Amino acid sequence: MEVDTSLPAVSFDHVWFSYDSHVVLKDVSFSIKDRDFFALIGPNGGGKTTLIKLCLGLLRPGKGNIRIYGKKPEKMRKILGYVPQNPNPNPSFPVSVIEVVLMGRLSRVRIGSRYSKADYEIAIKTLSRVGMREHAESPIHKLSGGQRQRVFLARALATGPRILFLDEPTAGIDAPSQNMLFDLLNELNSTMTIVMVTHDTVAISRYIKTVACVNQRLFLHEEGKITKEMLDATYQCPVDLIAHGIPHRVFDEHNSSSGKSNTSYRESITKSLHKVEGDSYTKKDKKKE
Amino acid sequence: MLELLNYEFIRNALIAGVLIGISCGVVGSFVVVNRAVFLAGGIAHAAYGGIGLAFLFGFSPFLGATIFALFTSSLLAVAIQRWDQRMDTVIGVLWATGMALGTILIDLSPGYHKDVMSYLFGSILAVSHADLFMMTLLDTIIVVIIGFFYKEFLAISFDAEFAMTAGIPVRVFQFVFLWLVGLAVVMMIRIVGLILVIALFSIPPNIAEKLTSSLKKIMFLATALGIGFSITGLLVSYHLNTSSGATIVMLAAITYLVFLAFVDLATRYRRHFTGTDLR
Repeated sequence: MEVDTSLPAVSFDHVWFSYDSHVVLKDVSFSIKDRDFFALIGPNGGGKTTLIKLCLGLLRPGKGNIRIYGKKPEKMRKILGYVPQNPNPNPSFPVSVIEVVLMGRLSRVRIGSRYSKADYEIAIKTLSRVGMREHAESPIHKLSGGQRQRVFLARALATGPRILFLDEPTAGIDAPSQNMLFDLLNELNSTMTIVMVTHDTVAISRYIKTVACVNQRLFLHEEGKITKEMLDATYQCPVDLIAHGIPHRVFDEHNSSSGKSNTSYRESITKSLHKVEGDSYTKKDKKKE
Repeated sequence: MLELLNYEFIRNALIAGVLIGISCGVVGSFVVVNRAVFLAGGIAHAAYGGIGLAFLFGFSPFLGATIFALFTSSLLAVAIQRWDQRMDTVIGVLWATGMALGTILIDLSPGYHKDVMSYLFGSILAVSHADLFMMTLLDTIIVVIIGFFYKEFLAISFDAEFAMTAGIPVRVFQFVFLWLVGLAVVMMIRIVGLILVIALFSIPPNIAEKLTSSLKKIMFLATALGIGFSITGLLVSYHLNTSSGATIVMLAAITYLVFLAFVDLATRYRRHFTGTDLR
């Protein structure tokens, strides 16, 4: 499926969303560039998962428009990969690793027909990619948390996505698996846009190009675009969420704002974002053009 | 033993045992892996309302049960989509309301209704040719639909949200699945009765689930077990002169308990000799 990569991978235009009378997202407008590595942070219940589900077409906005490379999300299913937070709450579900990865081909195979040989080959290939090839026939419940997460990543990749959405992919998995996952995502980022909900500050500081904070509204932390309103609004984020680990590389002095003037705060953020944004991406892209 | 086959009602009962074995194996496996046993019980009991209606207006109780089972299945499918967190309440209400409605309607209908008991506890020995024809038809519908859409049913059971992102009409499949549960329930009411239905829905797939971790194998194994329980139970009930439905269920339950005890012992034994007990 060809996409027009000159258009933003994801764009929200004045999007509102509420569950019954509870407003989850308020007038959200932003866009994600093609091949961005985009992190969504924010308090629990702030609307991060909702935002991802809107991108995937699982939910429809109350007001406003969402476009994936210029088209409606429902029309772009074949290029959207999804790694949900907690795929199946029934841990003993009788299904093998390869069967799970094949589910990634669902959007490509007609309803009521079987997976083809090519689908199997793709599933095996993506399993190799995440280092789980030898577990293809294992029942999913025999795997560790980190291994299972890799299988769900393989399932998303089997779709053949241009955009990969991940909802807290490192929650509850051990450090080596986390590192492996992020290295892999970093590699995948050369061919696809990655949008990730995360509380992992190490990942944010090391790999991520753009950070957005979601708390009903969305605040983008992007080089050259920081305004006073955005900074003020970002204070609404509970500081503890982004203050664990090594937050100072990301948001310098986020929690000492009271003693500082806005100007110095703004400077320090802009400086730190230089590091986060990783010049490599912008430069590489410019070269191609 | 073989001379029993000379009786037509015994032959019919044996064929019926095979037919319900298939439906409880195929539908029951999905019911068990979806943790929906209580839901199947709700449909079975609510179907009693339809049996009452049939008594009052004098049409076939199985037609009544089928209509009510499909109606309840549809209500439950809507409820799952709206009040997923309140399903236990919804099921409980439908369960009891169906029974109450059925009882009242039967009270209101003229005459004395001795055969009501056969719908509650089954009557495999009274299975007619017409019943067998109906059961074969329902089995065919169940096997064809599940076989045709196995990949979709598996994906939805495992992770409905992901299936939705792939464009699978998950809600439609939820309706279809619950209708199939409804049809399987109606079939089994004839044999074990609506009160005992959930035993055959849950026991064979549960045993199978512990022996293999592929859903397809679970379905085959549960079918074999279901057929085994029905036929053995039937023969035992004939010799002991006990109710066939209850005997089939008791046999399944005893097998289940012995099986669980055996699995437990085997695990302990293995731990003891390999020292893998981590506690």
